[in-house]
Amino acid sequence: MITNSDIQYISALARISLTEDEIKPMAQDLSSILDYIAQLQRLDVDQIKPTSHVLPLKNVYRDDVIKPSLTQDKALSFAVSESKGAFKVPQIVDN
Amino acid sequence: MSILTQKDFETVIGLEVHLQFSTQTKIFCGCENVFGRQPNTCVCPVCLGLPGTLPVLNKAALDSAIKTALALNCRVNSYIKFDRKNYYYPDLPKGYQISQFDFPIGHQGHLDIAVNGATKRIRIHRAHIEEDAGKLIHDSEEGCSLVDYNRTGTPLMEIVTEPDLRSPQEAYDYLTALKLALQYLEVSDCDMEKGSLRCDANISIRPKGETKLGTKAELKNMNSFKAVKAALEFEEERQFRILVSGGTIVQETRLWNEDKQATYTMRSKEDAHDYRYFPEPDLVPFIVEAAEIEQIRLRLPENPQAKCSRLQKDFGLSDYDATIIVQDQYLADFFEACAKHSTKTKKIANWIIGPLLKELNDRKCSVKDLSLKPEQFVILIEKVENGDVSNLVGKDVLMSLLQDDTQTVDGMISAQGLSQVSDDSFLEAIAEQTLSEHANVVQQIKNGNEGAI
Amino acid sequence: MNWNTYTAHELLDFLKQGKVSAQEIFSSLSSAIKQQDKTIHAYVRTAETADILSDARIPIPISVKDNINIDGWETTCSSHILKNYVAPYDATVVRKLKAAGAPILGHTNMDEFAFGSSTETSCYGPTRNPWDISCVPGGSSGGSAAAVASDEAIWALGSDTGGSIRQPAAFCGVVGLKPTYGRVSRYGLIAFASSLDQIGPLTKDVTDSALLLNIISGHDPLDSTSADIAVPDYTAALVNDCKELTIGIPKEYFIEGISSDVKTAVAQAMNVLKAKGARFIDVSLPHTEYAVSTYYIIAPAEASSNLARFDGVRFGLRVQPAKPRKAAIVDMYEETRNQGFGREAKRRVMLGTYALSSGYYDAYYLRGQKVRTLIRQDFDRVFENCDAILTPTTPTSAFKIGEKLNDPVSMYLSDIFTISANLSGIPAISIPCGISQNGLPIGLQLSAKPFAEEILFRIAYTYEQNTGWHKKRPSLKT
Repeated sequence: MITNSDIQYISALARISLTEDEIKPMAQDLSSILDYIAQLQRLDVDQIKPTSHVLPLKNVYRDDVIKPSLTQDKALSFAVSESKGAFKVPQIVDN
Repeated sequence: MSILTQKDFETVIGLEVHLQFSTQTKIFCGCENVFGRQPNTCVCPVCLGLPGTLPVLNKAALDSAIKTALALNCRVNSYIKFDRKNYYYPDLPKGYQISQFDFPIGHQGHLDIAVNGATKRIRIHRAHIEEDAGKLIHDSEEGCSLVDYNRTGTPLMEIVTEPDLRSPQEAYDYLTALKLALQYLEVSDCDMEKGSLRCDANISIRPKGETKLGTKAELKNMNSFKAVKAALEFEEERQFRILVSGGTIVQETRLWNEDKQATYTMRSKEDAHDYRYFPEPDLVPFIVEAAEIEQIRLRLPENPQAKCSRLQKDFGLSDYDATIIVQDQYLADFFEACAKHSTKTKKIANWIIGPLLKELNDRKCSVKDLSLKPEQFVILIEKVENGDVSNLVGKDVLMSLLQDDTQTVDGMISAQGLSQVSDDSFLEAIAEQTLSEHANVVQQIKNGNEGAI
Repeated sequence: MNWNTYTAHELLDFLKQGKVSAQEIFSSLSSAIKQQDKTIHAYVRTAETADILSDARIPIPISVKDNINIDGWETTCSSHILKNYVAPYDATVVRKLKAAGAPILGHTNMDEFAFGSSTETSCYGPTRNPWDISCVPGGSSGGSAAAVASDEAIWALGSDTGGSIRQPAAFCGVVGLKPTYGRVSRYGLIAFASSLDQIGPLTKDVTDSALLLNIISGHDPLDSTSADIAVPDYTAALVNDCKELTIGIPKEYFIEGISSDVKTAVAQAMNVLKAKGARFIDVSLPHTEYAVSTYYIIAPAEASSNLARFDGVRFGLRVQPAKPRKAAIVDMYEETRNQGFGREAKRRVMLGTYALSSGYYDAYYLRGQKVRTLIRQDFDRVFENCDAILTPTTPTSAFKIGEKLNDPVSMYLSDIFTISANLSGIPAISIPCGISQNGLPIGLQLSAKPFAEEILFRIAYTYEQNTGWHKKRPSLKT
């Protein structure tokens, strides 16, 4: 069962600010999905290796050779906000 | 009840060093890996984390990482994989950092340092490879922060010690030894000013005799080894004061402020540290066979400690001389090259540690940046030793050699008539001749006019 | 002339014979879109003019899903968070299409970030099924499937993470192929679940599917997960017989909840193939019932990480709330993502974040990956005894718009037959195999061993040559 406080914790981790009226339906939706998923607990998987990749690929490298970069103009062409050749964001206060 | 002093506490320090590799390109894309360019000019869709892009590992970065792990006496796993470390920060374009979680390239290594004349082994917990983040510049004028992604994707190795260091001085000594060992590998320029070597520190204190670790603070933003030491000293004192006044230490990240010589709570990373690591699905595993790892180990350059002992053993250098010479691997190489041309190794060492090193320090350069030829350097030393030229003239000739590497020692001495002559009768004859040629001057001096010459 | 109603291989013949120009093909498609797309809404943006090179090898216009980057085009995954984002590079498949001379006709509608099975979650509004506009076209590549079915496209590209090509192909009566994982480069495909995603063709017949796969597949040095395996000429596999082929029928796919129409259509398809020499055997894929659960752990987990880059920092939407709550940057992230993502996207990101979060990783993500191994092993075992597996693509034909939108689990279960191919990385194709009593297409799914697309093409082609289902087109009332 997913509680409202679980939802608040996850939404903070996921950086999604759910509104008050979004929290309860989200908790319900996730609970119903997790209830369904709970069937996996029936399986004994102790001796099973996890699959991260379906293909048995390994050692895929790139040579250390320089490729052209974007120009600054192109790099900033889609920027939401820019200044002095950089992407501009709200001030981050550290001290 | 006795009053507790700092002596009743033990300091426990662990260090996390981030080392940038100086590969040609970034770790997962072909952008040039270079410092100091205009903002956002060394970026591409991959390192900007644009939708749809994928990483491809730079072989040279992996090679550097394996070399580094081996040089730090780590066990190197044959099976290498990458994981995603998920967190939000504007300098991290994808919202996750490609790093390594459960299979770091190296683990269980060590580095020996000298503590009060004895050798102390500092265990290295792990050494893993990851991508660097971009750079945040705070623009107080505009009241905003600016992000430059040039640094994003620079190959980085994180080297984490066990909490084996017991004082800020030990931490400083470890860093010095580590930097030297890393410099020998030639995988990084190890330049703290450029950020290619960075250090974070974990520090806690505990009553002496206590085996449980105290609550630690993580210190960031130290821009030199001296700053690391100063920050640790500050923190040691701060924690001590809290404990003796009955307070409790809060586990937190603190930033070193160089101007104020103090640490402050870092506000922007107060989050829950729940990084949700999982295997990076966009990169496949890497298998480096044990035999290949062994080959890399065999090809590692001699480390500074081994070189120091060997210089003493093979060339009869003192511990002091050898220690100074190995502080710079190029200087050590130069010494060995010189030693091939002469058996006067002690003299060579003196000339290297003396005039040459002084000159290198003045010029702020390394011997590898100069084209000083070892055989000419040796010829010069032997001329001085034989009395062919004076010590002073020898130093002048060295300056000239450093200025113009097409010259030879012999050529320069004969061209400028700098030869020092030791035949007495020859010298007497010259003196007689000179006096007779200038008889009137001699007379004036005899008459008491000492300014006649 | 209605050039838009032909297949690509027919048009290539016409071009060779000088019956049509590439420009005329493009124009007939443009006018079909102009006439019908107000109703169908298959496209989110289209090209005004075609870039047609005189020496183009395959100058047949192509439509691509809105999650495939085209240099200089808005590419948005049909999400509000990417509106106005103009991609600065071409996806590898787009580069290959351009190199072959195929002009890009448009970006097709999709479920937001491919999260869905109905194309209802698009920020541009739903696409409608050309066979019945009150029904969904399936999803998430619903725009591509509907465009091909309604002759608004000759052929199209979609992406398939859990059935997103095959299920809409089945619902719209077209051919949809999910190639083997690693066959087609993912570079430039905006990732949903990296270990499951694969780009593939949606076409009017099997021949076009083979032709298009010829163009888009192959090793890509920009995609570490792309296989360095030679690409055969897939059209050479189009042989009209199934002699010496063994096809497995997995009992776990013939369960309760399959409509009788679907059951009948599949049984008839078996007879057609039997007559052409195929041998059928019963097989078992015992972990089939766990596929949907496994998928709904792994896919959202990867998605939660893949979607972290949509944070308002560099591109797309940025919203700063008027009232500060936390640090300004955190407020910006949270508000941008709350307003930028639709409900299903938030649901999946939340679910995936949960499955990876501290204390739950082992119970969810790790367990999911282990069950994935079991599902993959099921297929390995079965393919020791047969060349292909035959199943329905979906348990039912297309459902009504709105029918499942508020019931995530029932929506997820509509992919029950397609998900396993993604979890095990194998290729699978859906071809039209009948019309239900309510006049909607039914899809037949064939799957095979990794990199055995040729077997799929051969069986599908044989089936097609001996039936006429792929020629059926909806009669659109616009």
